[in-house]
Amino acid sequence: MKIEVLGTGCAKCKTLYEHTVTAVANSGKEAEVVKVEDIPSIMKYGVMSTPALVIDGKVAFSGKVASIIEIMALL
Amino acid sequence: MLKQAADYLTFDLLGLVPGSRGGEALNFFLYDTVKIFFLLTSIIFVVAVIRSSFPPEKTKRMLAHKREYVGNVLAALLGIVTPFCSCSAVPLFIGFVESGVPLGVTFSFLVSSPMVNEVALIMLWGLFGWKIAAIYIGTGLVVAIVAGIIIGKLKMERYVQDYVWQMQVGQADLVIPDFRGKLDYAREYTIGLLKKIWPYVIVGIGLGAFIHGYVPADFLARWAGRDNPFAVPVAVALGVPLYSNAAGVIPIVHALMEKGMAMGTVLAFMMAVTALSLPEAVILSNVLKRPLLATFFGIVAVAITIVGYLFNAIL
Repeated sequence: MKIEVLGTGCAKCKTLYEHTVTAVANSGKEAEVVKVEDIPSIMKYGVMSTPALVIDGKVAFSGKVASIIEIMALL
Repeated sequence: MLKQAADYLTFDLLGLVPGSRGGEALNFFLYDTVKIFFLLTSIIFVVAVIRSSFPPEKTKRMLAHKREYVGNVLAALLGIVTPFCSCSAVPLFIGFVESGVPLGVTFSFLVSSPMVNEVALIMLWGLFGWKIAAIYIGTGLVVAIVAGIIIGKLKMERYVQDYVWQMQVGQADLVIPDFRGKLDYAREYTIGLLKKIWPYVIVGIGLGAFIHGYVPADFLARWAGRDNPFAVPVAVALGVPLYSNAAGVIPIVHALMEKGMAMGTVLAFMMAVTALSLPEAVILSNVLKRPLLATFFGIVAVAITIVGYLFNAIL
């Protein structure tokens, strides 16, 4: 599974990245978590409010910092 | 009832004398803090529930290919309900212009969204009363609409960074949460926002209470009263670096008004605090070339200054 955290580097984006890493570790699933910070890549997904989470190329949510539990439910 | 509780605590329980400076300052602080936090918690929650129905992706679709005037009015109104954070200003701007939202209409949104925000409105309503809050919303919308129309008329599309027009924008699915999801979103949003602003609110109300209790009445009338023609532009200039601290600034301004600052000056100052910000300018310089960025700031600053003079003349 590939998980991308979209965000231009604001504090909220970092929090979401940390939550995602923890969620993946807690779930015990195999997943690669990457930060995507460049605008063209973010826009490719049509996301207009950051931070956003993309799982296997599909936007799971945008414009909020989801909790670790919420992210685990999406994995 | 709140007033009685604050009175009881300061004058009966702590034994401070009504009318004394310390007593008045503490009484003012307790009453305002409890009232403002009650308003903040309840109203931010309700606003967040409404906002969860208006993700920017939906706003964008509603505004795409709208003509000027109608588009500007709609954009300014949607700016109130669409969540906006200056950190997503760039993807938001690109998403708007790429999907065919006219440049002027996009700017109406960019002005209204941070200016007419719920925190500023709650603080204004709680401290100044609903009439001033309503005037703020009304004039804020007018400023956003007019600024957007002017920018649209100036045909400044060539001053948008070139890469913006070449960007490939994907189509994200519109996810609107169910009612349960909306309440969850609202709860998290409210807690997150309160965590961020509470120190500013406390410090702001504290400073306001100090001014209320210790600064002589009419102290500011000479400098910030309606007779000083420079008060409005100076207030606007001072508002620019205070961005995102509307929560802390409004209680201070409220106390300053009691000491003689004119209402129009107060309004202009608060609009400058919310609508004009240096960090946002830096972020927007990623998508706007200098002349457009300067025009945007210039027009909004002038519009706010006019609002200041206008209300100093009529209120």
